[in-house]
Amino acid sequence: MRKCSLEKLDSVFAEIANSFKLYLPVDDKDGKAKYSEWAEGVKWSNALNTVRSPKDFFFPQTEDLMGFKCSGKNIEIIDTRNESEDFVVFGVRACDVKSFDILDRVFLKDPVDSYYSNRRDHGIIISVACTRPAETCFCHTFGIDPTEPAGDISVWKTDSEVFWQSNTEKGAALLEKLQALTEECDADAVNDQKEKVSAIMKKLPLAGLTADKFGAGKTKELFDAPEWDSLSEACLGCGTCTFICPTCQCYDIKDFNTGKGVVRFRCWDSCMYSEFTKMSAGQPRLTQKERFRQRFMHKLVYYPENNDGLFSCVGCGRCLAKCPISMNIVKVMKTIGGKENE
Amino acid sequence: MQKITREQLIDKAVSLLSDGTVECVLGWEKGQFDYDITPAVFNDENELRENFVWNDFCGANFSKYLVSKTRKCNGKMLVFLKPCDTYSFNQLLTEHRFDREKVYAVGIPCEGMADIDKIKAACGDGIISIDASGDKLNVHTLYSDEPISVSAESVFAERCMNCKSKKHVAYDELLGEDGDVIESHRFDEVAEIEAMTPDERFAFWQNELSRCIRCNACRDACPACTCEKCVFDNPNSGVENKAAANSFEEKMFHIIRAFHVAGRCTDCGECSRVCPQHIPLHLLNRKFIKDINSFYGDYQAGAEVGTRAPLVDYTTDDLEPGEVFERGGDNA
Amino acid sequence: MQINEYKPLIVAFCCNWCSYAGADLAGNNRLNYPADVKIIRVPCSCRVNPMFVLRAFQRGADGVIICGCHPGDCHYTSGNYFTRRRMALLFSMLDYLGIERERTRVEWVSAAEGAKFAATMNDFTEKVAALGENKRLEDLRCKR
Repeated sequence: MRKCSLEKLDSVFAEIANSFKLYLPVDDKDGKAKYSEWAEGVKWSNALNTVRSPKDFFFPQTEDLMGFKCSGKNIEIIDTRNESEDFVVFGVRACDVKSFDILDRVFLKDPVDSYYSNRRDHGIIISVACTRPAETCFCHTFGIDPTEPAGDISVWKTDSEVFWQSNTEKGAALLEKLQALTEECDADAVNDQKEKVSAIMKKLPLAGLTADKFGAGKTKELFDAPEWDSLSEACLGCGTCTFICPTCQCYDIKDFNTGKGVVRFRCWDSCMYSEFTKMSAGQPRLTQKERFRQRFMHKLVYYPENNDGLFSCVGCGRCLAKCPISMNIVKVMKTIGGKENE
Repeated sequence: MQKITREQLIDKAVSLLSDGTVECVLGWEKGQFDYDITPAVFNDENELRENFVWNDFCGANFSKYLVSKTRKCNGKMLVFLKPCDTYSFNQLLTEHRFDREKVYAVGIPCEGMADIDKIKAACGDGIISIDASGDKLNVHTLYSDEPISVSAESVFAERCMNCKSKKHVAYDELLGEDGDVIESHRFDEVAEIEAMTPDERFAFWQNELSRCIRCNACRDACPACTCEKCVFDNPNSGVENKAAANSFEEKMFHIIRAFHVAGRCTDCGECSRVCPQHIPLHLLNRKFIKDINSFYGDYQAGAEVGTRAPLVDYTTDDLEPGEVFERGGDNA
Repeated sequence: MQINEYKPLIVAFCCNWCSYAGADLAGNNRLNYPADVKIIRVPCSCRVNPMFVLRAFQRGADGVIICGCHPGDCHYTSGNYFTRRRMALLFSMLDYLGIERERTRVEWVSAAEGAKFAATMNDFTEKVAALGENKRLEDLRCKR
């Protein structure tokens, strides 16, 4: 493990930015954190997490897949792919780091999504351990330890120092470059912090939340649960939850006629939308209740079914904070999961 | 703190349920914390006593729910309306979007609703509970031993800071006292933007709208947006999009949405409340309201049932489109 | 003549009953107006909804002009009165968003006003040309 003083952090950022594009959470003018590119004078946000998740780095909201140009009877296909440049994302929380695993299982399975893997190969993730979890946090429900974040490099920040530990080859190579700015150290301060934060975790309002009632093989049991009616009653059918979610991975592929050719692009889609997965026979889920159920069944039952029991929720709490009507996965888990979850 | 209490509302609802006036109640249901409140339909006294809440976080405007909920309910539905909700209620009635006979509206006074994001900004994360006493909110957090006290007014939602009316314009019954229409400063911010240079205005809106993630929450929460199928959801419209692929599509969506509700928007502020990205969408709607007031005479959508909205009306001596810039202020 | 000279693309929505006939008359009278003006015939000026104007900009227009019958002369009695209100509000909104005022215009041109039609188009094209390319309401995909 290596460390540097908090004052030196800017020089470390500068060193990283010498070789990579460096992104980190930065406060905007309203004080909301969002990932922005680092430059001299840009300050790392103190916020617990960003409003939008970092999935954009690997799976952007819209991206061009290919283009077509027509001349006479010929159609020319234009490959719009470029080798991504190397980049570093700093300040990713444990929950969001876990979300990349979940996306990987979708996009890197055969057939590999070359657009996604291109960016994944070129991205280095520096995670940061949490010190002040919020009331909306429930990452522990899915076995994530916010004091022990994964990623290529893990970082712990104390009042005066920043501790660095590499977890992968990529991370080790980057940490090597920071040799001059950091010094070797023991893990005492980090262990102290871990202990403190673990104690706070036990006091969180959602500390007792479990996902025991959900998981692979529960489709029949939960699909027709009568609670879906009341849970989905107030749902507006907007896409806020899906678009701020770090693990929602559904997309639509569309063609745009530019007048001079066609651009085929993909964009995030939301299972809350009336046109989601529309086929020639129409949209398979006609009511908001069915669409609502789809989202939570996917995260808590279908995805684990196909991925060795891994849930596709990381407990980041964004949907708890942002749903216009405050309906969210925790309320679903508590209502359907029964009394022991209260 | 709200003047009317939760118990008063529950008692009213229970008595209307038991004498058969209404069949169900549209109200606010408590959440995990003190601030995450969900609109819900309550069918009996037990549900009400257990889960009904009324506090400084009951901001959701119920009027729009009446469109879909009254179709499901056979008898009458009780709805509690804050003053600003009653304007949306009237506007929806004007547009024949629900059956007035199926609704029993109880007007309730509102002392202003809190914005949880402002509370979080003032008190930090880790909010365990919030209680109100007088004009203060006491916030208990994980990270402070003593509750943090903030004045309710300092954490008002934007729309409540610029509240336009405490008067109920529609109800069957009123609990508490009715208020008055307020001389608000709600157009001040619009005027500030108008006073900028075009380059500054462009930069301002480019910055605001570029944060849009096209979640459509503004549209889906808007009581004026009640089209069964929005043009932006319809693959056959040619303009459908699920994500703004570039800055043009962001502008297109927000201009068209604001235009479509122009003259019908009651300025209830739901769009800005629900925006996960904090885009000040009310400033688009208020620009239209301000223009309508200045071009065609003062008009408040929803103040009365049955009025003709300015965009489906005309006079033979309206101003010419080329003249709007002279009238719009000294922002040349 | 310079080959690379910037020429603005103008979309003119003309009502079938007055302005389109006005354009015809301009042509019959051999009056010059720029070939960069692309006329789209609409049954009435009030057929033009704000989306048409925005989409024209998206697809590469540098200026959009809407022409209809003089107020009071609408073939459908009152269509252009609605146009007048709608476009007044739309233009004011575009201005509010920082879009150049000179890119949009409404002009009333009757079937007898061929000369006015040509003069209007000349003037509008000149003003838009002075502004240069439409950058603020462009869709980059349509420019590639």
